[in-house]
Amino acid sequence: MFPAIFQAVGSRAIGLLRYVGQLAFLVRETVVSIRVAPMRWALLFKQIAEIGFRSQLVVVVTGAFTGAVFSAQTFFQFHRLGMDSAVGAVVAVSLFRELGPVLTALMLSGRVGASIAAEIGTMKVTEQIEALRAIGVHPIDYLIVPRIVALLISTPLLVAECIGLGIGAGYLVATKVLGVSRAYYMTNMLAFTTGRDIKMALIKGMAFAGLIGFIACEEGLKTANGAAGVGRAPTQAVVIASLVILISNFFLSFLLNIFFPAGSY
Amino acid sequence: MIEVLDLHKTLGTQEVLCGVNLKVTSGHTHVILGRSGSGKSVLLKHLVGLFQPDAGRVLIDGENIAVLHERQLGPIRKKVGILFQSGALFDSMNVGENIAFPLRESGIKDEAVIRAKVAEALEMVDLAGEEEKTPDNLSGGMRKRVGLARTIVSRPACILYDEPTTGLDPIATDSINHLIRRLQKRLKATSVVVTHDMKTAFHTADRIAFLHEGRIYFEGTPEELRVSTDPLLVNFIEGRSGESD
Repeated sequence: MFPAIFQAVGSRAIGLLRYVGQLAFLVRETVVSIRVAPMRWALLFKQIAEIGFRSQLVVVVTGAFTGAVFSAQTFFQFHRLGMDSAVGAVVAVSLFRELGPVLTALMLSGRVGASIAAEIGTMKVTEQIEALRAIGVHPIDYLIVPRIVALLISTPLLVAECIGLGIGAGYLVATKVLGVSRAYYMTNMLAFTTGRDIKMALIKGMAFAGLIGFIACEEGLKTANGAAGVGRAPTQAVVIASLVILISNFFLSFLLNIFFPAGSY
Repeated sequence: MIEVLDLHKTLGTQEVLCGVNLKVTSGHTHVILGRSGSGKSVLLKHLVGLFQPDAGRVLIDGENIAVLHERQLGPIRKKVGILFQSGALFDSMNVGENIAFPLRESGIKDEAVIRAKVAEALEMVDLAGEEEKTPDNLSGGMRKRVGLARTIVSRPACILYDEPTTGLDPIATDSINHLIRRLQKRLKATSVVVTHDMKTAFHTADRIAFLHEGRIYFEGTPEELRVSTDPLLVNFIEGRSGESD
């Protein structure tokens, strides 16, 4: 029984290492492509529109309602302690350092990651990627680089939008619905939110953008077995990207807190 | 122009090609025959660098492309075009954009030149005026024709056909066979056709190679194949499985 368990664990570990290796290879190829191949600007702008512009609704709704409900819950707890004036600061700092980047990334992994994996996966099984290569076009230059760069540009902006809407909605709920003083709310929020929080949010946004992009592209590129494979690729992309975002966020928070410490004003 | 020397390729655990040797003469049409799964398409894709061999050499105009990296294969792929089994049209583009794609990628910017070349390529495959159609509105035969137009639009010296008639009805098959022959005469291109369709083989071939168990089992003219008494070849030509009811 024990050998079987070891074998199963070992096999999983090897599979994980192989996957990380494939991702690292894709990252290397992408970096090489960015350095040596001319940027395809038309494709990049098309991807920014697809990934950035068209993701706004989902990000705005997520940010606004998360900010609103987080503000309300914080008020319900803090009100009993007479700390109503701290609601603004807690909502803002939480949105900047954790909720904004993570929720935006999770929404993007569902909307954008799935779409990238499905599109590239379909191209793979219908020989369109081989057709690109046969024409002399490197698939990394044509398919991967525009998507990754578009994600790296769009995601920090979407994170900022999510946080902005979250703070705005939280402010409205706290001041208009729950009766928190506007002056205290704003004063404390501005006092406890620093440039370090903003930098942390944007850096996390970029890191998550890379993870979503590379995982989705890798899942698309390794698609096989026809329609069944194309069906599996987006699911895998979303599940893996979501888990990696949540796990890496834990380590990233500790790492970034060294460079951008919280609570020192 | 094309020479394959002792080519080996293993996919997964199966050794698909085990020492293939083949010489394709310039200006002629070579047909590679073989049963489904015999490695014909794998061999064909080695000729344009879509597969890297485990061992052996693929010489295009004397240059061994087996050792070239993906980014070094660009000039080779301008010389050698391939028609994929499914046509492999880009479904995000219409017919005209599909055919214009290799031209734009080669740096041609003049839209009038591109339009003229696209129209000429479509005329060559008997689809004149179909630029605006989208791939999902095309029949199987039309997709292959558009794929062929995209292949020939940049005038490669060699055209590779991967199962050009598979999945087509007999009339469309005959039409594609004539088209291959006509293009070979008009463009003076070297052609390599992979098929298991005997009608296509005899209609288009100047020479025929039969791939069996990862090696070239027979190589000769269509006439030599027709009169062969080798049981394996006879059974293949006549479509006999050797099974009884």
